[in-house]
Amino acid sequence: MKLYDIAHSRAGDKGNISTLSLIPYNKSDYGMLCEKITVEKMKKHFAGIIEGEIIRYEMPNISSLLFVCHDALAGGVTTSLRIDTHGKALSYKLLEMEF
Amino acid sequence: MKNKIRIGCGAGFSGDRIEPAIVLAERGELDYLVLECLAERTIALANKRKMADPTKGYDPLLERRIETLLPHLVKNNIRLITNMGAANPIEGAKEIIGIAKKQGLNIKVAAVSGDDVISDLGLTNDDFRKFGNEDFALELLNKHQSPVTNNQSTIISANAYLGIEGILEALQANAQIIITGRVADPSLFLAPMVHEFGWKTDDYDLMGKGTVIGHLMECAGHITGGYFADPIKKPVEDMDNLGHPFADVFPDGSAIISKVEDTGGIINLQTAKEQLLYEVINPFEYYTPDVIADFTSVKIEEIGKNQVRITGGSGTEKPSTYKVSVGYKAFWQGEGEISYAGPAAYERAKLAGEIIEKRLKSQFEEIQVDYIGISSTFDIRGFDFAQPPISEVRLRVAAKARTQAEAALIGEEVEALYTNGPAGGGGVRKYVNEVIGIVSVLVDRNKIKPIVEYFGS
Repeated sequence: MKLYDIAHSRAGDKGNISTLSLIPYNKSDYGMLCEKITVEKMKKHFAGIIEGEIIRYEMPNISSLLFVCHDALAGGVTTSLRIDTHGKALSYKLLEMEF
Repeated sequence: MKNKIRIGCGAGFSGDRIEPAIVLAERGELDYLVLECLAERTIALANKRKMADPTKGYDPLLERRIETLLPHLVKNNIRLITNMGAANPIEGAKEIIGIAKKQGLNIKVAAVSGDDVISDLGLTNDDFRKFGNEDFALELLNKHQSPVTNNQSTIISANAYLGIEGILEALQANAQIIITGRVADPSLFLAPMVHEFGWKTDDYDLMGKGTVIGHLMECAGHITGGYFADPIKKPVEDMDNLGHPFADVFPDGSAIISKVEDTGGIINLQTAKEQLLYEVINPFEYYTPDVIADFTSVKIEEIGKNQVRITGGSGTEKPSTYKVSVGYKAFWQGEGEISYAGPAAYERAKLAGEIIEKRLKSQFEEIQVDYIGISSTFDIRGFDFAQPPISEVRLRVAAKARTQAEAALIGEEVEALYTNGPAGGGGVRKYVNEVIGIVSVLVDRNKIKPIVEYFGS
């Protein structure tokens, strides 16, 4: 199963940092996401894109996870040569993850 | 004291649609309308325009937005707060007064500036402190010896993110339109809450709650189904007529976010959660000039169709520094694109990419070769080559150059594939752009004071 089947996400950017939310459609899936979508799994999934540290925040108040990914935007939004300089599409890269 | 105020957000970036704000002003029964029009780089580009013409440097859409909005604002007694002043709030205010005069309307406009720290505030290099690990910003500033006279300088703007202070002063002075330069986005919303409810600016719990509401609102359509829709999993109705949000804010710092009847879009738990986490680097400590807000106690409930109630959130003492964004001339970017379709489309595009790389790699330090349709937005490792044959690929080559002429080489090389490259390439496009980079530093907040000036029609 892909994350896309049970969750949604929006990517944000600050300098060379990409923020990726992971929000299950059903609150009841939150615990399972906390257990399965680890920083290690994220690093592997985003190899070649996210080069720095990934910090995971658990937000039980809204049953959501937030991944703050450093060195993720090829130097930063304003000076990256990538076509998607903001990394807007990375949310759907996350949702492509099999778990 | 009012027991509720209604604040609408009619624009979430400089290029946003014009008419959602008009719908809000016409039918939203608003007390306040906010137009947030300054992304990170917008002000640097605006400063470039100001350098070319000292009467410019405010938002290029200001005239169009204000001309259509002003009659509704006056008729319905709505106060407008906007950062459309960009690099030149004073000239922006004068432009608004000019429009009001033409329309025969009598208004008071306040311009909030003081965010521009590049001009003559007497800041020395020692005043700039490192933000994160941006040593590069400090290096730039050190090189930047005489900002006003040195035209060779690579720095083109340096603006502090101000808080609610200047806007508050203007609200107390009964300005109907408040136009600012760089102000932190949530502050545009927090200021009227503080003004109307008499919140103390050192009541950090309320500052935190108000900042949460401001953050949820600041991207306009982001919370009403814009940039959310996915026809398979998250269908949104009538996106061609997307409504922008308004918040009914209460004196205890809670709010109900909704939108005007008969507009498109959707507001629910999902849209609110996506926006709450958008661009948040630490949900325990969300820095603004007014407060360090904590998002980890925010509660969102769906209480009706297109209605969410926001409660909770808190905060701690505001930071002792302002964040200053420094815009600088980074490099020239050259780009070229060409399409390949039909049998062996990818193989031919790849051959084209290899040819370009071989020819240019000795001249350019950084070359990006993308195969649009395969590997341009994600990394190529994610692509399954066992899939059915690729029917169409677009090669994109981009590189950083020191000069405009050098950057133009990229597109020229791609175009030359017409007679020197693989068979069947078509649809070449070439681009050359000067790239403005942004880095951030911190400045002691005592060094910077907002300036408020008033204009009447």
